[in-house]
Amino acid sequence: MGTISIQKGALVKRLYRYAAGSVLAFAALSSTAALAAAPAGDKAAPPVPAPAPAVAAPYPSTYRPGPAPDTVIVNASILTATGVRIDNGSILMSNGRIVAVGTDIQAPAGARVIDGTGKWVTPGIIDAHSHLGVFAAPGVDGHADGNENIDPYTAHVWAEHSIWPQDPVFTKARAGGVTSLLILPGSANLFGGRGVTVKNVPAVTVQQMKFPDAPYSLKIACGENPKGRYGSRGRAPATRMGNVAGFRRTWIDAAEYARKWDAYERKRAKGEAAEAPKRDLGLETLAGVLKGDILVQNHCYRADEMAVMLDVGHEFNFKIQAFHHAVEAYKIADLLATEQNCVATWATRWGFKMEAYDAIEENAAILASHGVCVAIHSDEQRLIQRLNVETAVALAAGRRAGIDIPQEEAIKWITLNAARIMGVADKTGSLEPGKMADVVLWSRNPFSVYAIAEKVFIDGALVHDTSDPSKIYRSDFEVGQPVGEE
Amino acid sequence: MKLRHLSLTAIGLAGLLMPSAALAQSFAITNAHILSPGPVGEVARGTILVRDGKIVSAGADVNLPQGISIIDAKGGYVTPGLIAVNTALGLVEVNSVSGTVDDKSRSMRISAAFDVQYGLNAASTLIPVARLGGVTRAVVMPDYDDGNKEREAPFAGKAALISLGQGANILFKPGIGMVLEVGEDGAARLGGSRASEFVQLREIFSTLKRRKSEGDDDWGLSEADRKALEPVLAGKTPLIVMVHRAADIEQVLSLAQDYRLKVILSGAEEAWRVADKIAAMKVPVLLNPTSNIPSSFDQIGATLHNAAILRKAGVEIAISGNDGGHRVRDMRYNAGIAVSRGLPQAAGLEAITLAPARIFGVADQVGSIEAGKLADIVIWDGDPLEPLTEPVAIYVEGKEQPMQSRATQLGNRYLKR
Repeated sequence: MGTISIQKGALVKRLYRYAAGSVLAFAALSSTAALAAAPAGDKAAPPVPAPAPAVAAPYPSTYRPGPAPDTVIVNASILTATGVRIDNGSILMSNGRIVAVGTDIQAPAGARVIDGTGKWVTPGIIDAHSHLGVFAAPGVDGHADGNENIDPYTAHVWAEHSIWPQDPVFTKARAGGVTSLLILPGSANLFGGRGVTVKNVPAVTVQQMKFPDAPYSLKIACGENPKGRYGSRGRAPATRMGNVAGFRRTWIDAAEYARKWDAYERKRAKGEAAEAPKRDLGLETLAGVLKGDILVQNHCYRADEMAVMLDVGHEFNFKIQAFHHAVEAYKIADLLATEQNCVATWATRWGFKMEAYDAIEENAAILASHGVCVAIHSDEQRLIQRLNVETAVALAAGRRAGIDIPQEEAIKWITLNAARIMGVADKTGSLEPGKMADVVLWSRNPFSVYAIAEKVFIDGALVHDTSDPSKIYRSDFEVGQPVGEE
Repeated sequence: MKLRHLSLTAIGLAGLLMPSAALAQSFAITNAHILSPGPVGEVARGTILVRDGKIVSAGADVNLPQGISIIDAKGGYVTPGLIAVNTALGLVEVNSVSGTVDDKSRSMRISAAFDVQYGLNAASTLIPVARLGGVTRAVVMPDYDDGNKEREAPFAGKAALISLGQGANILFKPGIGMVLEVGEDGAARLGGSRASEFVQLREIFSTLKRRKSEGDDDWGLSEADRKALEPVLAGKTPLIVMVHRAADIEQVLSLAQDYRLKVILSGAEEAWRVADKIAAMKVPVLLNPTSNIPSSFDQIGATLHNAAILRKAGVEIAISGNDGGHRVRDMRYNAGIAVSRGLPQAAGLEAITLAPARIFGVADQVGSIEAGKLADIVIWDGDPLEPLTEPVAIYVEGKEQPMQSRATQLGNRYLKR
């Protein structure tokens, strides 16, 4: 097969237009404080008022990068996730940012120099589908916080309000090179709630992990999970057509809600008296989707269902950022390429339920060969520790099927493309000057089963280092417990 | 291979097919980089002579008979076929479709007597998928049905060894072990606590020692169950104990000592903490090296280093895949993960070939490339533990296997569009 087209749109912030053609302004939606700050009908307001004053989003990130001295890794093989490999390369990190990547780099005086001879460097691994912290270990009832599964319509819940930063698996994921992850609610509901992008740093509060300025995601789910969960309890949805009807009805409500706020905003902008509609947490999230601020992450296995969900998106004018799991995406590769949806999937998981029966290892390679933005995701606690190995399985399967994808491209499946799904590809996911210094130093080629992430940097701070196992961070839960070596 | 479980028709059919099949099952693999546990070991440029489905000789100097058909391995690695443990192959098609799941019993009167050999489906699409991972034999184990909370079932039942070779009869050896789970989940089925569970197990074995099976007993065991336990009590059939916590492992070891049971530990995430005791009793361990999540209070000590520590202490280990069925093929990567955390390379291969053969008493037939053994052989295009490596050819008892599965056929169908 020929070369894989590079998705140039990855770094371009997507603008999404509302049905009526007017771009909705919801900047102030998320805070009642904003509404109070601009009293309706205030005659003293300027004749052409600025949009509602920008206020900090609620539950703001308090993430602060760790100490990040100037650091240069020299003489390593570097997979930049921009489609190239640099042999005998160096990478310079300063003030938490990547400063330079190449073969001729001068280390500033006093910089920490790390010898990368025989080793490999990649961007930090990014998992576009995780439940760490919301289904934390140990998996006891008291930790089951990922599915608000008493109602299929729970767009109002936010995963970040469930995340337990002491989940010991965060450390294990870090040991696998994972620097950022999208933590989503589960898939029992049609509308599962908001997902949040976090930096994989040791933290006591979730706010300390929140990826600054990352967009939110909305988790929605097709297929067996919602219909099975609720149909078996004698309520809707009980079928796939019930699922779709549930989506459509709700998007009708969301559009109506968005129009009310739009009218209010327009009046307010003209300086007319207007009373703010009452906030509805669930519809607020859906209105955020219609405006293009919140990304739709759709749990969907079957090709036919993905095609229907694309049409639901067309009917209500929203875009599906990525189909997750999407084990049958290979059957509609051209459609997904045309519609510009990403796919987050596995290589090795299949057959655990009917809608996963047609999963094939070649899925990712077939999609990539059609120009679809593909990511390999984990969805589980063990796989998140070796997304590199899962990607190698997908690569080998592609090669077996006659699709020979270079490693320079495949590294994007667990870095840049995942970042794109999460809406942070302009900030991280590849080794380019100016981006966050989220970097992994591997003991050898990362597509080898024997590769170990020896050093992991997040914003230039060394957060995992195998050279001194005693210093590897362990969560509060593990303190004083008979844990094994990490 | 034991024939007593084959129907007369099957024996007749096998007899009919023998001449042509035998012809096809005689060949030599040349230019092979042999990697095998056992006496042959690593041979950089070796030859393997196969006749009638069995290995006749293997090594650097092998005399080939005139006219033998030659398979040139082109310097590729050649290993014995992999032997999977802790699988439900042939018993499960789609986990969520209960009609396709035959690995557990709901009956109140079938516990130890449950026998997987009668539920095997040779046409399962999972078998070719596992085989494409180089797996040629598998230990099929029963599980528990926890749907009925009232059912107190000490034992899951009898395990069997199957062949993954293409064909109608996949049963290789039945009754190779009796499965028992202890610890948190096991205790939930026996009185709700470990202190109750181990008392009940001890009572069962004591009672059985005193008298032969006759009618149902006070411990919920039917006559069939008690009969099934006789070879376990005689130390002939191993008790395969699913266990996680170090303290539970110690309880199992003392149970084995007190009743002279042959025991195999399975899961055993905290086994590394009591490695010396396990080694001293020569108890083998079936494990998944990637099982490093403290997913319950039974396995707070779970670590990627379990396999390496156990091996270093002298414990025989076999490495499993990532589930009982669909991801059995991951077993070779799991062996690689164990190697990345300190298990010697050769021990990694042994843990997925000869070690499971020894543990389940079939090392005289399979598990290594060695004269006299069945020709279960895989030719690879690289290091067999690496995910970038694929099998090039797979032989089961000398019979070349198709290099496709339902999954690869689906892929090809859509690739052509």
